[in-house]
Amino acid sequence: MTLLTLTDFGVARGKRDILRGINLTVGPRELVGIIGPNGAGKTTLMRAALGLIDRTGHSSVAALTPRARGRAVAWMPQSREIAWPVAVETLVMLGRTPHLGAGQRPSNADLAAVARAMRRMDLDAFRGRTATRLSGGEQARVLIARALAQETPLLMADEPIAGLDPAHQLATMQSFADLTHEGHSVIVSLHDLGLAARYCTRLIVLDKGGIAADGPPLDVLTEGLVRRVFGIRAYLARTPDGLVFQPLEVVA
Amino acid sequence: MTRLFVILAAVVAVLFVASLVVGPAQIGVGQSLRALVAGGDGPVTLVMREIRLPRAVLALLIGGSLGLAGAAMQGYLRNPLADPGLIGVSGSAAFGAVLAIQTGLAAAFAFGLPLAALAGALVGVLLVLLLAGPGGSSLTLILAGIAISALAGALTSLVLNLSPNPFAANEIVFWMMGSLADRSMVHVWIALPLIVLGALMLATLSRGLDALTLGEDAAEAMGVGLRRMRLTLIFGTAAVVGASTAVAGAIGFVGLVVPHLLRPFVGARPGRLLWASALGGAAMLLAADIAVRMILPERDLKLGVVTALIGAPLFLHLIYRTRRDGL
Repeated sequence: MTLLTLTDFGVARGKRDILRGINLTVGPRELVGIIGPNGAGKTTLMRAALGLIDRTGHSSVAALTPRARGRAVAWMPQSREIAWPVAVETLVMLGRTPHLGAGQRPSNADLAAVARAMRRMDLDAFRGRTATRLSGGEQARVLIARALAQETPLLMADEPIAGLDPAHQLATMQSFADLTHEGHSVIVSLHDLGLAARYCTRLIVLDKGGIAADGPPLDVLTEGLVRRVFGIRAYLARTPDGLVFQPLEVVA
Repeated sequence: MTRLFVILAAVVAVLFVASLVVGPAQIGVGQSLRALVAGGDGPVTLVMREIRLPRAVLALLIGGSLGLAGAAMQGYLRNPLADPGLIGVSGSAAFGAVLAIQTGLAAAFAFGLPLAALAGALVGVLLVLLLAGPGGSSLTLILAGIAISALAGALTSLVLNLSPNPFAANEIVFWMMGSLADRSMVHVWIALPLIVLGALMLATLSRGLDALTLGEDAAEAMGVGLRRMRLTLIFGTAAVVGASTAVAGAIGFVGLVVPHLLRPFVGARPGRLLWASALGGAAMLLAADIAVRMILPERDLKLGVVTALIGAPLFLHLIYRTRRDGL
């Protein structure tokens, strides 16, 4: 069973190809990290795969009806928008939108999903707080909980851990890893290659509009690729605590 | 939530009855209500059924329309300063009405004015759609609305400027202030179908507006059809605001202030704010229309003037509060 298939996939804006020749398949129990320098097309790839922007080629997710897509994939955009001063619990409940029919009230199952998502993101103490009055990092956790409450087989998140403190960065990546152990899959874009190496089961490196590498972190983060794509030199070692990747210096 | 509904509905009911028993003809409360319900051939029945009932019904319908459309517009644009007139419907409806007064259509044919205003609203909304496109961003919708409002305002000024007839110019100025005086049941029958249709359309937006709290991208990924929402919002608003402006003239600030005032009482949820604002708008307009008749009964104080006088200070207070909350 695959959760996302992109075939000969690309995005063009005007005459310029932003992405081209993308082929990939994501199955269950994968924690896929999408990495690449600024402007490599990470966000564009995810939004196009969801069918939110014009694209070429085939995406199995974009081909779904909007409602079916809402039940198949949860999407957490990079812009952390909370337009109104609603309660945290209300905001997380919005994740149940694709599961509710017109005019249908949330059932006990919906409430349970919301409670699970809030517990996962360590938000039980925030239930009744006004979401817009929280700090940026707390808002990010609330929005992750919203996406988790959707309880979809696949979760796609665009830089979900940017701006979180170290403990919550680790906890968030750990909760994504926990999701994969329960059979879900997660695709995240991130800039922290250390956390990517540590938690992701698979890394997809985007560079110059294409996939530069795709595979397990140890195979992907080679000295040559890191130098070529990111322009840095880094320390990579397998330790008893897992993979350790530490960028060291910029190379010309 | 149900408590808020009961309170608002009770306030609206009380104000509706109060609106029926207030007027220049000094008739007792019991007598007037009896005449309204039981009927008869007397002048009291005539006053109640032909003058006061349409006035109260129109205040209810139009206040509800403006409150509902304001809440929908603010929710869709995720901007607490949005107003139902933003998409240019009230401006273009007013221009249609002004043309009807100037050309004599309004005098020659009793429903020339509201029908011309509706035609103006339709042309305005189609131009906005043409400019903004069916699927563009909310910014293009705002800009298109501002452009059409400005154009309609300029054309209205042009008609006033070139008007050879000072009486017509005077009538135009007074009409544009907005009023519910001297309206008949026929005005109700012109406005009612459009307002019901538009309100039903806007009511379907509830869940989508809630989802839009997370932004357009997240909402669309949860299965909310943004293109359809946008068309529903534009046509629903055009129907309720166009019909309201056609029979009552331009009445400002209700759609802007009422959603703002009620937002804290619905936990800021844009979906729930829809019905709360509809009730709140009806209450505000009924109260303002009672005030018009109580404060200066012999001077024909205009309803739009009173709503602006109440609304503007409230609005200033809200801006001040928004600034203080840093929101």
